[in-house]
Parts: sequence; C-alpha cells; structure tokens
Amino acid sequence: MGSGFLRRLASLVRKEVRQMLRDRSNMAVGISLPIIMIVLFGFGISFDLERAPIAVVNESGGACAQALVERVQGSKYFRSSRAGSFAEASGRMRRGEVIGILRIPGDFDRRAAAGSAAVQLVLNGSDAQTSKTLEGYVTGAAALAACAGGAARGTVTVVPRMWFNEAMTSTWFIIPGLITIILTIIGAFLASLLIAREWERGTFEALFVSPVRPVEIVLAKACPYLVIGIIDIALVLLSARYVFHVPIRGSVPVLFAVSLEFLIVSVLMGLLISAVTRSQFLASQLALLTSFMPAVIFSGFIFDLRNMPLWIQPICNALPATHFMRVAKTLFLVGNEWQIVAQGAAILLAYGVAFVWLAVRRLPKRLA
Amino acid sequence: MIWLTEFRTFLFQIYHLVRKEFLALLKDPKSRAILIVPVIAQSLLFGYAATYDLTYSPYVLFDASRSIESRELVRRIDATGIFSRAATLSSQNEIAPMIISGKTAVAISIPPDFARRLAGGENAPVQLILDGRNSMTAALSAAYIGSIAARYSAERFGAAQAIQIERRAWYNENLNSRWTILVGLIAALAMIQTLLTSAFSVAREREQGTFDQLLVTPLRPLQILIGKAVAPVVVGLVQSSVIFCVIRFWFGLPLAGSALLIFAVLVVFNLAAVGLGLSISAYALTMQQAMLYAFLAIVPMMLLSGLFSPVSNMAEVLQWVTYANPMRFGMDAVRRIYLEGAGLEQIWFDFVPLAVMAGVMMPLAAWLFRNRMS
Repeated sequence: MGSGFLRRLASLVRKEVRQMLRDRSNMAVGISLPIIMIVLFGFGISFDLERAPIAVVNESGGACAQALVERVQGSKYFRSSRAGSFAEASGRMRRGEVIGILRIPGDFDRRAAAGSAAVQLVLNGSDAQTSKTLEGYVTGAAALAACAGGAARGTVTVVPRMWFNEAMTSTWFIIPGLITIILTIIGAFLASLLIAREWERGTFEALFVSPVRPVEIVLAKACPYLVIGIIDIALVLLSARYVFHVPIRGSVPVLFAVSLEFLIVSVLMGLLISAVTRSQFLASQLALLTSFMPAVIFSGFIFDLRNMPLWIQPICNALPATHFMRVAKTLFLVGNEWQIVAQGAAILLAYGVAFVWLAVRRLPKRLA
Repeated sequence: MIWLTEFRTFLFQIYHLVRKEFLALLKDPKSRAILIVPVIAQSLLFGYAATYDLTYSPYVLFDASRSIESRELVRRIDATGIFSRAATLSSQNEIAPMIISGKTAVAISIPPDFARRLAGGENAPVQLILDGRNSMTAALSAAYIGSIAARYSAERFGAAQAIQIERRAWYNENLNSRWTILVGLIAALAMIQTLLTSAFSVAREREQGTFDQLLVTPLRPLQILIGKAVAPVVVGLVQSSVIFCVIRFWFGLPLAGSALLIFAVLVVFNLAAVGLGLSISAYALTMQQAMLYAFLAIVPMMLLSGLFSPVSNMAEVLQWVTYANPMRFGMDAVRRIYLEGAGLEQIWFDFVPLAVMAGVMMPLAAWLFRNRMS
C-alpha cells in the first residue's frame, strides 16, 4: 500500500466530501435528524405515567371514601375529575376523555368499618401498558388511605431498590439507548444510498477504470459519514449530561471509542446494503427495514430481551445494535464494567471485519 | 355528451399512467418481494417481541431467613410461572455481579430476622434489588412481587387487604400490551413504505429525466397527481390488509369493530401519507434527497404517533405537535375501531384531521409538480 494508498485515498475523500457538501440534504439529515430524535425521545417517549385523566364516581358519602378521593386527587399521577354517576363516567371513557374510572360503592364506609372495603377500578384495555401502571398507582393510593381497615399485624412488606436508575425514570434508560438508534440510522440511511446511487447513474465504472482499488473506494465513501456520526455522538453525550441530566458513570473516552466502533459498523452495513442492492429504491427499503424498527424493537432498547420468547433471542443477538446497546447502557448507568465492554467491543469488531470483507468482495466481482 | 367523452379520455389517460406506475414498481421481482415479504415477517416478529408484559423473568434469591415463612413466600413467587429462579445465592455479595452482568433483572433478599419479626407482629421487609437499565421491567416486577407479598400477609391472618381493588378492563380483559402495539402496526408499518414509494415516484423520473416528458404529455397536473397516487395507496392498503390478517388470524385478536370502517380510515390516512410523499418527491431534486427527506418525516411521525408510548405521557408542547401528525390520528382511529369497536361517531375527530391533511397535501404536491423545476 504505502504512500500511494494514502494519496489516492486523500483525493477520493476530497471528492466525497465535496459531493456531500454540494448537496446539503445529506448534512441536513445527518445533523438535524439526530437533534429531532434527541428532543422527541427525551421529551416524547416516556413510560412514566403522569397526570393520567381518570374519573372518580363517589357513591358513598362517608368520610373514609372522602379520604380516598382526596388521596387520589393529591397524587401527581392522576388528573381526576368527579363524575355524578357511573353512566356519565362510562360515557367519558368511551369518548376517550378519561382512561380509567374509580368507583367507590355506596356501602364502602360501612364495609371499611368491618375491614373489608372494596372499590371498583375500570380501565381502558386498549392501552394495556398505561392501564397496568394506573392500576399500580391506584392500589398504592388505596393502601395509603388513612382509613385502612384492620390493625397492621406483622405483614410482609416489599422494599424495592432500583439500582443504576435512582431517579426511577424511563428517560435514564432511553437516552443511553438513543445513541444506538441514532448511529444505526445514520449509518444505514445515509450510507446505504451511496454506492447504489453511483451504480444507477453509471459513475461507478468511471471510478473503477481509475487506479483506485475497491477498498479505497469503500473507505473514502465512509469517511464523510464518520465525521457526521462523530458530531452526532457528541450531541447525544452533551444533551445527556446537560439537558436530561442522565449520569455517565463509566469512562467517557471509552464510551466514545465504543460508539465510534459501532458507528463504523453501521456505516459499513449501509455500504454493504448499497453494494448488494445496486438500486436506490431497494437500498432505501432495505436500510429502513434493517435499521430503525429492528433497532427499536429487538435491541433491548425499550423491550426487555430477558422477557421475550426464547426463539426470538437469537434474532436479537444477531443485531450489532443489541451488543452496543448493552455496552452503552452499562457505561452510562452502571460504570466501567470491563467484561461487558470488552465482550461488546470484540463482537462489534468481528462484525466490522465481516462487513468489510463482504463489501470488498462484492465490488470487483460485480464489475466483471 | 362531449363531457362524457372527455371524462372517459380523462380516466383513460390516468389508467395508462397508473399502469405505468405499477409496472415501474412491480416489474423487478426484488421490488415485488420487498413490498410484501418484510411486512409479513415484521408483523410476526414484532408481535412476539414487542410486549411490555412480564411473561418470563429470571430472578436470584438470597434467603438468609431459611424459615417456613420465607420458603412459603418464595414458593408463591415460583408458582406464578413468570418468575423463575436463575440461582440461589449463599451471600448478599453475590447479588451485585448477577445484576450488573444482566443475567437477572430481579434479586430477592430475605433478611435473617424475617420469621422472627413476622412472629413478633412487626412488619417484615423483603428487599428487592432491580436492574434500572430497564426501569419498566423493574417496576413491573416490583409491583408483581409486592402483590404476592400482600396476598400472603393477608392470608396468614385470614383477613382481606385494607381496601380491595376490583379491576375490570374494558376491551382487553387481561391487559395484554401486545394487543395495543400490534393493532398500531396496521397503520404504522404500511405508512413507512407508502411514504417511501410515493417519495421516490417523481424523484426517480426527475433523476432519469423522464419527468419533463411527462409534463409535456397531454396529461393535466390533476391527472398526473391521481396517476401517481394510486399505486402507493394500493401498496399501503395491501400491506395493511396483510398485517390485519396476521393480527386477526395468526395472533387471534378479536375484532370489536367494523373492518370496513378500518379500511375507510386507512384510505384517507394513506391519501394523506401519499400527499406528503409526493410533495417530498416533487420538492426533492434527486432520489437521494427524496429518500432523506422521507426519513426525516418518517422517524418523527413514528415517535409522535403513540405507537410505543402513549401520547398523553409526552411533554405538553410535543402533544400539540402530534396534531400535525397524520399517523397519530390514523393509529388512534384504527385502535379504537379494532379494539374498542368504535363507530364513525366516535372517531370522527380522527377522521376529519386526516381528510383535511389529505386535502392540503395532495394539491400541494400538484402545485410542486409544476413549480419546482431544477
């Protein structure tokens, strides 16, 4: 290789950078899409129920029922409104104005005195997750209501301690996951069109008759996207710390290095898609199918992998994103757990090598 | 009778454009495959993977009490069929490595004085250590184990809980979160490809230089618009039908409402999406730009649709932004019809914005056809 390699590479990179700068749409998407995603994921995707609209039907006029109603009204988790009758509350739920109905029956106080009070909670099952959370909060509020019947006698209490996420907010695990999603998208979306575009326009043959080698073409094409990706990594890290106040407990340089490694793998995957399809339409479809949705659903980003059917787990583990997700979440929230980091980095390296090999093999064969 | 002949010519010309569009889209077997195979695979895989429900959760146990009471509590946890013991530890120190490595999301630690405190009428705390890297699973596990402990305490004394909650869930009795997500996919997955297909249609012709030819044909902009819109709308509807069948027949979700109404909503929804796609396509100067702008639209639309987390959990400002998102309305309407059995009178407020968006985006696309020349 030697200096000829570097010289050719430099001029190729210059060509790619110029090409990218001339068409602003690339930069626009490469920088603005991540910013949009940081805002949307950070402020938009939340699994923490707050101010859930519920209707309270108090058919009992007693003091104990009143205490329960006040407890619910005082909770930050609900935005409760009174309904005169259950029929009225049902109507509101059908129209989607409330997502739950708390009905305190007429005999509530009488039964509370006897130690066996019951309330009815009607939930809208079409949003199952929210309903479950709501049920948990109502149960909690009921347990705390002042008039709880029966003396407390030796009960088993559960004291949960959430490690790594003391704030108990989903933002703390969404933001570390976001870095994975953004890098997957940047790599796949932007890079997948590159070679396909040149094939379609017939400019690829022109490159091949020049003295450059396939590996140089691949490297040069990847370079501008790596720069965009690095800017994106920095954006996520800065916003994590200064906007969302998510702790970074592990080493920032290590986090940055592994992110860079994952970025390279993503860009290579995009290039590979591009080299295989040779059509912009197919490349874009394939990029979308293999990047955004799988990275959201199979990588352990919001859906817990330990919770999925066993036969799906090999699919999850086949995604590079899954391995980077584990490292990113650990470095953000847990700390320098070298075994997890080293394992993830090694797997990503293997993917990187495999993708380069496949992409390079694909190029010259097709020309002949 | 002249108008009738003219109208027939009008339709005839559109027919040829539509035919050409379908040919361009489906001629290549690879394109044909990519429009159908991934949708089936995705709806099946996502159906199994995308659930927030605890179905299987490994835990580790450190029981320092080793009493009849602690064993009974553990027996009840094991009996749920959800929690399965991955390891029984012999010291508190062994918990940390199990949690950090991610082998388990839950560790249960029962202190040595557990039985003594219970016998003495005191509260006996059991410690749960949870992996906050996924706070949702953690919170669900904590709530579940908490309710097991509460029931155990109550049964020990033959007394009921302080206040009993009788739960009734409408539309989805077992609160299966898969239902919520799967039905959302009917609108979401189809829209992705509808938008991409339409975003490419004009940009492709521009890049290949055939769009100018199309403009000098006797076709009027309205005809070009209709001709260009039919193929992507059909693609979207076919995909939605495929997903619908997977959900209805493979996963067996009961359909509460009218399938016809769902399709009526999907037609309007797809028209809005295609209007957006064609506008992007007409605005973009190259295919690459068209695709990038389409992505720039798809990702926020997905995130602001309520597919993964409810709109009501979003920050106030973002909730307002969702009103500009056709997917929010499409998904809400499909969910309400499918799961809640809503009729037109319950979903008109989803229907109207979609119709308005289609009515704005389509003419915008037509205007851009003419006025955006490179």
